[in-house]
Amino acid sequence: MSSQQTHDPASQLRKTALNAVHRKLGAKMVDFGGWDMPVEYSGLIAEHMAVRTGVGVFDVSHMGDILIIGKQALAAVQHISMNDASKLQIGQAHYSALLYPQGTFVDDVIVHKLGENDYLLVINAGTREKDWNWVRQNVSRFNCHPKEVSDYYTQLAIQGPKAVDVMRKLTDVDLDSVKGYWFKYGTVCGIPNTMVARTGYTGEDGFEIYVPSDEPTSERVWNEVMEAGKEFGIIPCGLGARNTLRLESKMALYGHEISDTINVWEADLGRYAKMDKGDFIGRSALEEAKAAGLKRILVGLEMIERGIGRDGYKIVDDAGNQIGEITSGSPAPFLKKNIALAYLPPAMSAIDTVVNVEIRGQKVRAKVVPTPFYKKPKKAVVSG
Amino acid sequence: MAFPADYRYTKEHEWIKVDGDTGTIGITDHAQDSLGDIVFVELPKTGSDVEAHKAFGTVESVKAVSELFSPVSGTVTAVNDDLATAPEKINSDAHGSWMIKVKLKNPAEANSLMSAADYEKFVAEES
Repeated sequence: MSSQQTHDPASQLRKTALNAVHRKLGAKMVDFGGWDMPVEYSGLIAEHMAVRTGVGVFDVSHMGDILIIGKQALAAVQHISMNDASKLQIGQAHYSALLYPQGTFVDDVIVHKLGENDYLLVINAGTREKDWNWVRQNVSRFNCHPKEVSDYYTQLAIQGPKAVDVMRKLTDVDLDSVKGYWFKYGTVCGIPNTMVARTGYTGEDGFEIYVPSDEPTSERVWNEVMEAGKEFGIIPCGLGARNTLRLESKMALYGHEISDTINVWEADLGRYAKMDKGDFIGRSALEEAKAAGLKRILVGLEMIERGIGRDGYKIVDDAGNQIGEITSGSPAPFLKKNIALAYLPPAMSAIDTVVNVEIRGQKVRAKVVPTPFYKKPKKAVVSG
Repeated sequence: MAFPADYRYTKEHEWIKVDGDTGTIGITDHAQDSLGDIVFVELPKTGSDVEAHKAFGTVESVKAVSELFSPVSGTVTAVNDDLATAPEKINSDAHGSWMIKVKLKNPAEANSLMSAADYEKFVAEES
């Protein structure tokens, strides 16, 4: 019934090892930060709902990976990232960011402590080269060795309340012992020493696995995940659902909520900036910025009149003067509301403050609401 | 892909079905497929004028906004209010989900638009 949209092969775009699989599944492909990636397969809403209520799988192999290895690896990581990596235990990960000396963002990252002198930074796809250059330059004075290993791995994210049931069929890792933001190594789909991390970008329980990036292995693992997930209703999910899922959960996206012109306090990510851990790049600027006071802060908005506020739309006062801007806005498929993240002056950031979003020249009312918009339900602890 | 033979089509992916001096307008199945899950439709009021090749409304999916362009000039005589509460009908039946009916200024105007065969070719070349 539906007409297939077959974009040109986009030969200049980079491809993951699963590109042919996505195309065979009839995914709509888009250029995402220079990558030819699936934006949706069966439909964005169905994919979003699968992750909230069941399980979905994403190819996130476009994400970048940087290893920092050596005697002073910890000191190097502490220098280039704002969270306190000295608090990490082996097998633990945390959210952090690489900052410019101005206290603004090079990128946000997940730092994994693989071993005593061994750290893995998972970075964004669109910022791979920039991040790598930044890391390489800034760790050079430490006794450590940075290594760009992005292309070694096919990274799959299996996400949703039933992700654990799917993974249980595929690995010998004791998944119940892997808490959120922890990881273990084990055999996955017959591949030994595979990293299984309880991480994701959906606000839901789930896992990310890192397998060798050759096409036959990548395709085999993808197919085995799909097969194991069949009884739980697993479906492949694209970047469209990934975006709405992370938005409902108020997770930042580089180039939207965070960028080289937005600082940590403005982005409301101050809880991840450990100012007392010792010096790090951006720290002194952050201290000054805090003392000077904020000019804008990231807030959650919910449309109260009919209309959808979207990325880049202006927030205006009653006279039509711009007072802020939406960084990400969309219908929220699970919440069934039109939501947005936006920068507003602190004086306008209190919950229930009503503001105007300018939509095609019209003022449409929205109000400031608590975030995250969506929080995953607490699971009852089952013992035994 | 079956595009009804008795409709005419625009390059912006609207369809029009002409009966006498009335034109019924919607978007094509190709358009709905490109947009994805449709969640919002903004249409003009009955009695307002639309102009050929000019925007008459908006359709939004979860991820995109798209303007609706009128295939012809005329006056809106009816609006499909069902789409305000059930815009997803456009996804399931684009060629049956009309948006507006228009009293045509010039009933011959639609003849210059693409036939189903031409449109099918156009879509194949565009993608």
